[in-house]
Amino acid sequence: MKIFMEDPSRSFATRVNEMIGQNIDGCYQCGKCTAGCPVAYTMDFPPHEIIRLVQLGRPEEALASHTIWLCASCETCTSRCPKNIDIAAVMDALRILALGKGQTQAEKEISLFHKLFLEVVGRFGRVNDLYLMGKYNLLTLNPLRDWRLGQKLFSKGKLKVTTPRMKNPKEFQEILKRTQAFEGKKA
Amino acid sequence: MRYAYYPGCSLHSTASDYQQSIDSVFKKLSIELTEVEDWTCCGASAAHASDLLLPVVLPAKDLVKVEKMGLEVLVPCAACYNRLRTAAHKIRENPDLRKKVKEILQADFQGSAKVRHISDAVVNEYGLEAIGKLLEKNLKGMKVVCYYGCLSARPQKIVAFDDPVYPSYLDRLIRTLGGEPIEWPFKTECCGGSFSVSKKDIVLKLTRDLLDMAKSLGAEAVVVDCPLCQFNLDFRQEEVEKKYGVHFGLPVFYFTQLLGICLGLREEALGLKKLNIDPFSLLESKNLRQ
Repeated sequence: MKIFMEDPSRSFATRVNEMIGQNIDGCYQCGKCTAGCPVAYTMDFPPHEIIRLVQLGRPEEALASHTIWLCASCETCTSRCPKNIDIAAVMDALRILALGKGQTQAEKEISLFHKLFLEVVGRFGRVNDLYLMGKYNLLTLNPLRDWRLGQKLFSKGKLKVTTPRMKNPKEFQEILKRTQAFEGKKA
Repeated sequence: MRYAYYPGCSLHSTASDYQQSIDSVFKKLSIELTEVEDWTCCGASAAHASDLLLPVVLPAKDLVKVEKMGLEVLVPCAACYNRLRTAAHKIRENPDLRKKVKEILQADFQGSAKVRHISDAVVNEYGLEAIGKLLEKNLKGMKVVCYYGCLSARPQKIVAFDDPVYPSYLDRLIRTLGGEPIEWPFKTECCGGSFSVSKKDIVLKLTRDLLDMAKSLGAEAVVVDCPLCQFNLDFRQEEVEKKYGVHFGLPVFYFTQLLGICLGLREEALGLKKLNIDPFSLLESKNLRQ
């Protein structure tokens, strides 16, 4: 079988490579990443196939996959790749691209959790578990999720209602704003 | 000995027992920790899954402070440790990134701050020999598995301070304390980490595998040095048992809790009551109750 790689197909791989300073064209599909992946069992495309999709210039399938969200970032793949490709970073790049297109349907709860997590950090400077869980449960229409666990954590003094106030919240928020502005400039 | 200290968000909430035991043990060892002033979250998984710059900027903000303190910074959470160390590494390797971060922070991280996992400082710097001299009790007859997880082992070139596939620093500590660390194949397997809320089934499956292996090899407890691993293995354990129709009943200790017991510290000072799976019947059977 012959595979013709047209120009637009290369642009996807180039984009991913540039984002994270990798050369995924080096991948020869040995499958070692997939063999060691603890979550491959529940992925729609195993990690090596995601890499192949990027090589072949098929962003639609890669960005719509469940895989990119299910990656737990344990970095087993990265540490074992014989071509030294940072596969976990590739997954990050694909999540970032998917997020940029608003394409988070495959695992919308995972991406919502990330979004709320960063929202909480932006607001308080630190994670406030109660606020994060409360909002996540409301937005996923599952208000009683982990209710008992929450009660147990609370009774053991492991769930704090408040986080210590930042001494300089304004400076922190400025930093976040400048970070966002920088990203905007680049895109 | 004196270090800067970056606790990370968990240590003030779901891992407050880890914090308590660190405070007590470090006091006993006369190691002084100075908390990084007004530190903020490292960004955890959410930052690097959502953005290219944010996961570097957030840690760098506090690394600048650490650099000014002129101390090495100790981190008790494997995830924070990984993010801080990765950010420092990226900035050192990439002058262009350093420039960007400097512009955003309006402060320059020069790259000199050294980030260390708290276990690294205890085991490799304070040293097992010195610890051995301070022990008042021992873990005689206690069989444990030491579970290291992902984030203080991988990526190995950036974060590992022991063998990245089969580390042994916690095993060596347990042996110094008189306990019996069991050799097992899942030392650096993944527990599912931050999916504990957003994709719980993955965590239940992975922790089932871990606990099952530990139990089948005769472990009576698990020893960890990461708050995410502890939470998943301990606070999700009953759900795992229910879902898979198994029984483990394995207490999951922070290494500082067992170290504290052997240093003769009071149970209350080590947050043992905050563990989910009851640790006291095991401690009692080994004559370690006060």
